[in-house]
This record gives sequence, structure tokens and C-alpha cells, in this order.
Amino acid sequence: MTAASTSEAASIVDVDPSDPSRRTWIAITCGAGAVGGLATAVPFVSSFAPSERAKAAGAPVQVDISALKAGEKLTVEWRGKPVWIIRRTPEQLASLDKTEAQVADPTSQRNQYPTPAYAKNKHRSIKPELFVGVGICSHLGCSPVDKFQTGAQPSLPDDWQGGFLCPCHGSTFDFAGRVFKNKPAPDNLEVPPHMYLSDTVLLIGEDKKA
Amino acid sequence: MADFKEVPADAPMAQKVTVWFENRFPTAFAEYKKHLSEYYAPKNFNWWYFFGSLALLVLVIQIVTGIFLVMHYKPDAALAFASVEYIMRDVPWGWLVRYMHSTGASAFFIVVYMHMFRGMLYGSYRKPRELVWIFGCAIFLCLMGEAFFGYLLPWGQMSYWGAQVIVNLFAAVPFVGEDLALLIRGDYVVSDATLNRFFSFHVIAIPLVLIGLVVAHLLALHDVGSNNPDGVEIKARKDAQGRPLDGIPFHPYYTVHDIVGVSVFLLVFSAIVFFAPELGGYFLEFNNFIPADPLKTPAHIAPVWYFTPFYSMLRATTDPMVNVLVVIVALGAVLAVLRGGVSAAAKVAILVGALVAVALLKTFDAKFWGVVVMGGAVIILFFLPWLDRSPVKSIRYRPGWHLWLYTVFVVVFLILGYLGIKPPSDIFTLMAQAGTLFYFAFFLLMPWWSRIGEFKAVPDRVVFHAH
Repeated sequence: MTAASTSEAASIVDVDPSDPSRRTWIAITCGAGAVGGLATAVPFVSSFAPSERAKAAGAPVQVDISALKAGEKLTVEWRGKPVWIIRRTPEQLASLDKTEAQVADPTSQRNQYPTPAYAKNKHRSIKPELFVGVGICSHLGCSPVDKFQTGAQPSLPDDWQGGFLCPCHGSTFDFAGRVFKNKPAPDNLEVPPHMYLSDTVLLIGEDKKA
Repeated sequence: MADFKEVPADAPMAQKVTVWFENRFPTAFAEYKKHLSEYYAPKNFNWWYFFGSLALLVLVIQIVTGIFLVMHYKPDAALAFASVEYIMRDVPWGWLVRYMHSTGASAFFIVVYMHMFRGMLYGSYRKPRELVWIFGCAIFLCLMGEAFFGYLLPWGQMSYWGAQVIVNLFAAVPFVGEDLALLIRGDYVVSDATLNRFFSFHVIAIPLVLIGLVVAHLLALHDVGSNNPDGVEIKARKDAQGRPLDGIPFHPYYTVHDIVGVSVFLLVFSAIVFFAPELGGYFLEFNNFIPADPLKTPAHIAPVWYFTPFYSMLRATTDPMVNVLVVIVALGAVLAVLRGGVSAAAKVAILVGALVAVALLKTFDAKFWGVVVMGGAVIILFFLPWLDRSPVKSIRYRPGWHLWLYTVFVVVFLILGYLGIKPPSDIFTLMAQAGTLFYFAFFLLMPWWSRIGEFKAVPDRVVFHAH
């Protein structure tokens, strides 16, 4: 900076350090700019939301269950999640009476993952023997593993009646996907909307009468 | 602007070139002096002080290897797993670059944990270095984010289910949790959309922030000057030229000194990269060599070792643990009202605050409090400069039992880390709960215990024995 321009700057400062009317306009301009900046953030944040393609991928799944024998489990994928279809044996169904007092929400009253009205019963299903549930633990989203064998075994109580164990944090569920008390998972396994198109064909993802 | 320097016509070529640049880019020369040749660091640094330089070295290793990995990696759920195997098998020397990157991730955490513990031992976060510490904690947070986002990229079983669990942590937040998790995943489950955005965070967003924070960490450090094992302010005593009597220029003294640390580090690092890159499943988990399967959770999932202490605390927060917390909050409030020398208004405020805390603890699920506990365990580190009320900085001049307490703290932290690797069991959960309570008590009670005991006199000058 030359000597001449320095003295020039000094003389401007001497006259008036602030120009109130300009300051007001600068403040208004900055305010408008901030609003614009925030508005620009909206599309960027929105782009994090599921895309139209992801939303469209949730179509119902049709399953043939004629080959499913008593005591067997079939896993199908619906909206990227594992859905279990289990044909429970009479003993497994009977075990639900014994676990009734040990589970946190025996009648599926909690609303985090609302249980459809047709599954708000002890066996949590439309047909007593056929359980349809999302195999995702309500704690942190792991998929519980089958522990159909009854009796004492690692990570399970000695009076184990059979059910599921989440390998991640040790939550246990009975044969109706009801979570046991004092476990990390707060909710029963989710029952997806489903209906029977015929005796052997199940539709998962939709329950309106066709 | 500095005056234009003139060089005599018969000056050597090297000097002419140097002055030519100095006249056109004086900042480079001024900064070189400020941060290297005329940055005076205390002369009594011990081996703990290697870890700062090593952290910078590992950062460079991660950035360079990362750049080369991105040249071959495909961030696509259908191609990601195979592209990593392609790097391992078909890309010339790809296995080396990849193993350097995966080992570098673990090395980063080892070095940073040591670096942080050094700060705790010698009170390096105390006035006037609070901001240096806070920038450092922010770097640690970024590093955790970087490691988490990066871990999804190989798209193996552990990648997939690890991300599933951690993203679901956010779903535990009351009211907005589910939407938040949806926004993070960009889909109803961890999917291709999630992989793509995690890739973006891992290779550009977080590294940019990380590098900015590292610059801030170093600039703030060089403004206030380094602490040392004696916790003595070397700037308090200067020579006639204004240089600290106990300081030596960082370059060449510590640049050369650090070569020793770098050599030892590279020796260990190379041994792992070449002979045990998986390190028994601790650096690279075996389940991650199975492609991601959204329908099947591996029988046992655990985060990589550097997250396990915090993961243990998450798992320890069950319903009984929340009840214990309720009792602790109530006891604390009652004690404060009975004993604390505070005004009546403050006592009422404490009681109301405690009641609200108890109500909230019982209202929300233990799952949410687990997330709060895990996050709080990291966030509490930011407050360390104000929790420590010890009259001296360095552990050398603090009561002997303080060192024991720090030792117990390290042991508890390691045990929590071990428990986080193991599958849950009743006895392990109890141990993790005790460890979690100790971890928080260590920090939250620090304002009291750090003042108790017999402190030794701090010398005027640093203790240094020339060899």
C-alpha cells in the first residue's frame, strides 16, 4: 500500500466510521442471504431420504407354503427384511402358555411396531399353527437365530421352552415372537401385514381383502 | 509486505533461488520458522511424545492408501464385495495397499488412545491448552465416524450387520428416531443407497473435516506451546533472545528424535501387515470374509476392537442398570441438598432437576439410555479440562494413589473392551455394568478426588538429564 492511499483511508475513517443506513442494508442483505442459504440446505438434506425407487421396492410377496412341515421355518425377503413363516408343532404352541408370564408384552399392546388386529392373540397369528413375523430384533435390528431345542443351553435360561435368541445382545423371544422380560429388546417381533390367498398361498405385505 | 530482498550479483545460485522464492512467497518461510525451525518444544519429552507424530504419519498412510484403493473399489452393493477381493487377488500389490489401509485403521486407534492417555497423565489439557484438547476430542469423534463408515465398504457380513446395529442406535432416539435412521440409511434397510453415501462420507466428507481439525489442533498447540512430562510452563523462563530456556527447536531436534519412534512403529506395523494382517480376527473380522446377507445375522457379531469399550457400555445399559442410575441420581440429589453449601434456590433446582431426570430415565426405553451412555462416554472427554481440579498438571507431582487410579481406569477400559468382543452373558453384563459405573464415576467425581491427597512441589525448570 502506498503512502498516498494510506492517508486517504485515514481521512475516510475520520469523517464517519459507520454509515448507519448502509449498515441496515448490509444487515438486511445478510439476513436474506441466510434465508436463501438455509433454503438451499433443504434439497441437500432431503436427498438423504429414501429415493422413489427405494419406496417403490416394497411390493407384497407371494409365498407357497404347501411344502412347509410342522416344526419347520421358511425365510422369505420382503422389503429387504427376512420374514419368517413357521408351522409350529402342538408342543411348540403349548409352550406359549408357559411363557405367558415371562414375556414383557403377552397381548401385543405396545405400538412401536403395531401388531395387526388379527394377530393380537396369544399365538400372534391368523392360523394358530402358522406364525408369520419379521425376523428382525426390535433392539438394534439383528436377525435372531432359531433355538427350537428346549432345555438348558448357553446364553439361555435352564427352563427354555424353545424360541429365538438374538446373537447381538442376548434378547430372547418365545415361539410367538414375544420378547422376554428384562431383555434389551423392548418390543415383540413385528408381524407384517399378511393374508392367505388360499390354504397354501400366503401374501406378505398386504392384508386388505381382495 | 516484507521488503524486497536484494542478492549480491556474485552470490551462490542456491541463495539466489532461495531469495527469489522468499520475495514471492514469504509466508512459506515464516511458517517454516514458526512451526519447525523456531518452534521451541520442551527438551524433556519422553517416549509418550512419539504418538502425536505417529498419528500424523498414520493419517498420511491412510490417505495415500485410501486414494489407491478408490481406484479399484466399486461402491455398489452388487459389486463391492467382489471388488475388494479383486483388489486382494488381481490388482498388482493390491493386497499390500489394502492390508496397509486395514492395519492402518487399527494402528490409528492404538496411537490415538496412547496420545490421549499421555495428555491425561501429564495434564496436557489444562489451561491454556483446553482448545488443543477439544480439537483433539473432535478428531477422535471424526476418527470413529471415519472407521464406522469405512467398515461398511467391504460389504461383508460384519460390515452389513455392524452398520445395521449402529444405524438402529439412532432409531432409539425418542419421537424422531425412526425417521432419523431412515434418513441415514436412505432406505428401509441397510442397502445400496446406504453403501453409496457411506462411501461419500468415508472418502471425502469426514477426511476434509478431519484434516481441518488436525490443522486447528496443531495451530492451537503451537500458539500455546507444548506441555511436557513435568507440567512446567517453559515459556515462563526465557533467555535474552526470548527463547524458552528449556526449549529446543522442533527441527532438527525432534524431527530427528521422532525418526526413532517412526522406525519402531514401522517395524511393528510392517510385521502385522506382512505376517498377521487379520491379527487373529481383531483387525479384520473373519465373518467379514462372507458377503453381506440381509437375511442372516452371523451367530456372533461384535464391532472391531477399538469400539468395544463403548459398545460394552451400550450393552450394559439394561432395565436393572437404569434402575441403578435412578438410585444414583436420587442419592446424588439428596446428598447435594443435605451437605452442599448451596443456596435454598439451588437446592430446589437440584431436586427438581433430579426428579425430571428420574422421570425421563423411567419414561424412555433402556435402549435409548444405552445410546446416551455410549455417546456420553465419548462426549465427557471434551469436559476433562474443567473436571480436573488438581493443583498440579503432571502425574509426577500428584499423590501416588492418583497414578493407581489412572492405572485402574486403564484396566477397566481394557476389560470393557474385552467384554465388548465376547458374546453377552449374565456375569459379563454385571462386569460391564460395574465398569461403566466406574468409567463415569472416574470423570464425574474428578472435581473432588483430583484435589485430595498430598501434592509434591513442582520444580521451576523441567527435569532433564543429558545423556
